[in-house]
Amino acid sequence: MNGVHDMGGLHGFGPVRPEPDEPVFHAAWERRVLALLVGLGLAGHWTLDEYRHARESLPPAELLGASYYETVLAGVERMATAHGLVSADELAAGRSMRRDGPPPRPLLPDTAGDTMRRGNPSVREAPRPARFAVGDSVRARNIHPVTHTRLPRYVRGHAGVVTAVNGCHAFPDARAHGRGDDPQWLYSVRFTGPELWGPDADPTLTVSIDAFEPYLENPA
Amino acid sequence: MTGPSDPELRVKALEQVLTEKGYVDPAALDVIAETYERNVGPHNGARVVARAWCDPGYRKWLLEDGTAAIAALGYSGRGGETIRAVENTAQVHNVIVCTLCSCYPWPVLGLPPAWYKSAPYRSRVVIDPRGVLSESGVELPGDTEIRVWDSTSEIRLLVVPMRPGGTEGWSEEELARLVTRDSMIGTGLPKRPEEPAP
Repeated sequence: MNGVHDMGGLHGFGPVRPEPDEPVFHAAWERRVLALLVGLGLAGHWTLDEYRHARESLPPAELLGASYYETVLAGVERMATAHGLVSADELAAGRSMRRDGPPPRPLLPDTAGDTMRRGNPSVREAPRPARFAVGDSVRARNIHPVTHTRLPRYVRGHAGVVTAVNGCHAFPDARAHGRGDDPQWLYSVRFTGPELWGPDADPTLTVSIDAFEPYLENPA
Repeated sequence: MTGPSDPELRVKALEQVLTEKGYVDPAALDVIAETYERNVGPHNGARVVARAWCDPGYRKWLLEDGTAAIAALGYSGRGGETIRAVENTAQVHNVIVCTLCSCYPWPVLGLPPAWYKSAPYRSRVVIDPRGVLSESGVELPGDTEIRVWDSTSEIRLLVVPMRPGGTEGWSEEELARLVTRDSMIGTGLPKRPEEPAP
C-alpha cells in the first residue's frame, strides 16, 4: 500500500535527533509491549508480515504522530483482536469474558530463550530456478498494490543491477494476507543516486534494496 | 481501539486478558524483555567486528556467510534470522536503514534506538546520506561511495567498520571497546585509540 510508512525520500521531517545514553526502554509499558510483540509473534499466532501490515494500516495521522511503541501497541491490539485472542470489550474491561479463541500455545519462561535464538527464518525451498543472476540489469516494476508490499515507492520504475541472489524466502506480499508462504527468489538490487533522485543527486550514492522476484522485470 | 486510551493502561489490559486466557505467560515476557536489557546489544556486534579485524579467516567467513559466522560466536535468532555483513573500505562506506518500518540486526545490535526508527532518519538517509552523516559528525572524502542498504527483507545488515589506525597488536577485547553501535549502523565511526573507553 502507498502509505506514510513508506518514507524513503520524503522531505520536511527535520534533523535526526539521537538521544545520548538512550535507555533500551523509556517506560515500563514499552518494555511490556515489546515482549508481547515478540512473544505472540514467536508463538505463531500471526506472521511478522501481517503485523507489519496492521501497523502500516493505522490512520496516517496516527502513524506519523504517535510514538513508535504506541504504534506497536496498536498493531498488537489489532492482531490479537483479528485472530480472536481478545475482543474489544475484553480490552475495555481488562478481563477475559469468553473462551472461544484459538488454542493457547504460550511461550514458556524456560524455553523462551531458545525460541528467541532460533527465531523464525524466512528461507524456503526453491520451487523453480531463479530468473535473474548477479550482474543482470533489472527494473523495479511500477506497481502500486493496495495490499502489503516490501517494494519501496522510491525505487519503482527505476533500473538497477542485481548484486546478490539470496535464495528463496517467504513472500511478504502473500504472507501478510494469509496466502501462505508463496516462496520467491530474493535479490539484492543496487540503484545509483542519480537513477533514483535525478541529475542533482549525490553521484557517490548507491542504494540497495532486497527485491523479491515479482518486484522485478527486464529493463525495457 | 475502545477502552482506556493511555498506553500504559491499554498494555496492562491487553496483557491481563491474554494471561487470563493462557496466551502469554508473564514470566516468559520478563525473559524476553530482560534478554534485550541485559544480554543482546551492541556489545555482541562489537565482538563480531573485533574478531573480523583480528582474524582474516573469520573476516572472510563473515562477509561470505554472515549468519553462520555470527552464530559461531553465539548470536542468532529473532530479528536477525539471516544477517549480511558489509565491510567499509577506503572506497566504500555502508549505511543501513529500514525506510518501510524498523528492521535492524537484533542479535548483534539489540533493539534499535529511537532515532533509527524515526521519520527524519528513514526519510532522509536514502536521498541525502552525507547530510545525515555530517550532522553525526562523520565527514567522508568526496569520492567515497556511500552505499545505503534499505532493509526490505528479513535479511538484516551489519556494517563492519574500518579498523582504526594505531591499534596494531591490540587484543580482540581491547578492539571491541572501540566499536560503537553507530559504527555498525554506518552513521558513526569507531572510537580512535586515544579516545577514552566508555
